[in-house]
Amino acid sequence: MGGPLTHSTLRSVSTSQAHRPFSVLNRPPPNYPGHVPLTSIERLALAIGSAIGSIRDPHRGDLIAALAEATAKPYFITRLRNAMLLDPTGRRILKDRPRITSQTLNLEKLRQLPEGSVGRTYVKWLDREGVTPDTRSAVRYIDDEEEAYVMQRYRECHDFYHALTSLPIVREGEIALKAFEFANTALPMTGLSLAALATLKRGERKRFWEVYGPWAWENGSRSKEVINVYWEERLEDSVEDVRRELGIEAPPDLREIRRREREERRKAKEREKAAKGAIV
Amino acid sequence: MNAPRIALRSFSRAQLTSKSSLLGARIPYRCLSCSTRLAQTHQFSAQNGADGARTTHFGFETISEDSKDDRVGAVFSSVAASYDTMNDFMSLYIHRLWKDHFVRSLNPGINPLTSSSSEPQGMNILDIAGGTGDIAFRLLDHATTIHNDQTTRVTVADINPDMLAEGRKRSLETPYASTGRLNFIETNAEKLDAIPSDSVDLYTVAFGIRNFTHKDTAIREAFRVLKPGGIFACLEFSKVQNQLFDAVYKRWSFSAIPLIGQIVAGDRDSYQYLVESIEKFPSQTEFRDMIRDAGFVIPGEGPDGEGYGWENLSGGIAAIHKGMKPIGA
Repeated sequence: MGGPLTHSTLRSVSTSQAHRPFSVLNRPPPNYPGHVPLTSIERLALAIGSAIGSIRDPHRGDLIAALAEATAKPYFITRLRNAMLLDPTGRRILKDRPRITSQTLNLEKLRQLPEGSVGRTYVKWLDREGVTPDTRSAVRYIDDEEEAYVMQRYRECHDFYHALTSLPIVREGEIALKAFEFANTALPMTGLSLAALATLKRGERKRFWEVYGPWAWENGSRSKEVINVYWEERLEDSVEDVRRELGIEAPPDLREIRRREREERRKAKEREKAAKGAIV
Repeated sequence: MNAPRIALRSFSRAQLTSKSSLLGARIPYRCLSCSTRLAQTHQFSAQNGADGARTTHFGFETISEDSKDDRVGAVFSSVAASYDTMNDFMSLYIHRLWKDHFVRSLNPGINPLTSSSSEPQGMNILDIAGGTGDIAFRLLDHATTIHNDQTTRVTVADINPDMLAEGRKRSLETPYASTGRLNFIETNAEKLDAIPSDSVDLYTVAFGIRNFTHKDTAIREAFRVLKPGGIFACLEFSKVQNQLFDAVYKRWSFSAIPLIGQIVAGDRDSYQYLVESIEKFPSQTEFRDMIRDAGFVIPGEGPDGEGYGWENLSGGIAAIHKGMKPIGA
């Protein structure tokens, strides 16, 4: 899972912002704009509440974001930040702190890039879903401001991961992508969201266990950390090249498989109707 | 805890920029939604700073007076649709009991069979900041059901069009929708131009006045529009008397309520503002004195103590304040 990470590296690099006990009536000052320091009980309540809320209404992206932040500490977001520090590109990202918004990315220019390039594929996913990069919520509940940036970066890069793995934005594809992210970034929220497997149709679930789950696990854990890709610099490169660099093989085209299944189902229905018509 | 948040924010930003020399020049971390809010407050303070801007509080934040209406407006537009759900969660459904008691204790409505025919029929009630219609519907129900009064009418006034829209929508399910007894107007409580002086029998404001920029101006406007003998009634959050209960209540307010706001409504900040504005509201006796200073006669007997102009609900979590415009005025 990612590069070599020894115990001593962790200890020396992790921040000394020890968990200070404080009361809800006496919160410490925010470390960055929008920061809300939470006590452990509040964090637990937020984790449970947002987990229940996002299962009941998967459209509440803000709850999934809150779940990610509430479960990232201790250890997991620090591990991810340290993984960035171990890689030269990751270090550059931490220094530059690029943000992915509709202001920083020229979406029009991306639409004109050649097919198969990272930028073009990314914009295609955005347009298909009808969203902009600005729809991601801001990080609020992570105390260390550098770790907060790492979480924000992970959140904003999610659409790039869709482009990288060419998994569609339907529920099945999102779950497969979350499995990949879990294997690669180890953030607990990505693992917890696999509970959504229960909401899939039986055939989709079978496909997950047989094809996409194993693909996600092998590729996510074997490949390099996707958090270390400086996407703003790779927009004109082809998706294939980035995949090869990271060591990811493309999964079977889920969109194609689903389309074929829909076609077969439709044909079967028509045959049934014709047969019924013939009997009558 | 009461230090203005802007001072705290600039302190932490100073920390950020001093650390940045280690990693080279970098843009300070800024989330998109916060940078728009920061830009707004900076813009206002830059404009009014020169002429000594008058500031007021927005929860625990200190902001210029001019921007308070917009900020409060943004909060209520954001919570309008889930207003009742949130009230239910926050007060554990008790807010319904408070509102029922408020209306019952006012006992609106004139029974046409027992009143003399020379008196004008029905009361003219003005419900301020009553956007979603909670109090207005209860007032009309009480008058119609208890006193058989079909002519008492209620005007619902609110500064926020989204809350009014929600109220209009709900009024369609009441029997009063097209009877002419329910009227919705958009106006600022501090400047009730659409209401003539000495025209209102009963002025009610429930859970609204703590959001006003100038409470005293609103109370004086209430004095103006009320008829001599008319009643001013206010239901608002207040100070809890019992210290132990207060400790628990405060922790619930500042911890659970913004969290519930985040999970149920997706809006932590509006609920943080709501609990902070409750904290900032004057105590029972202070508010009663504000009402008296506007010229109202305070019911009950002195000296200070419960019953002299105010009544606690749920141990002081909410309180009902009443005043009467003197007949000679």
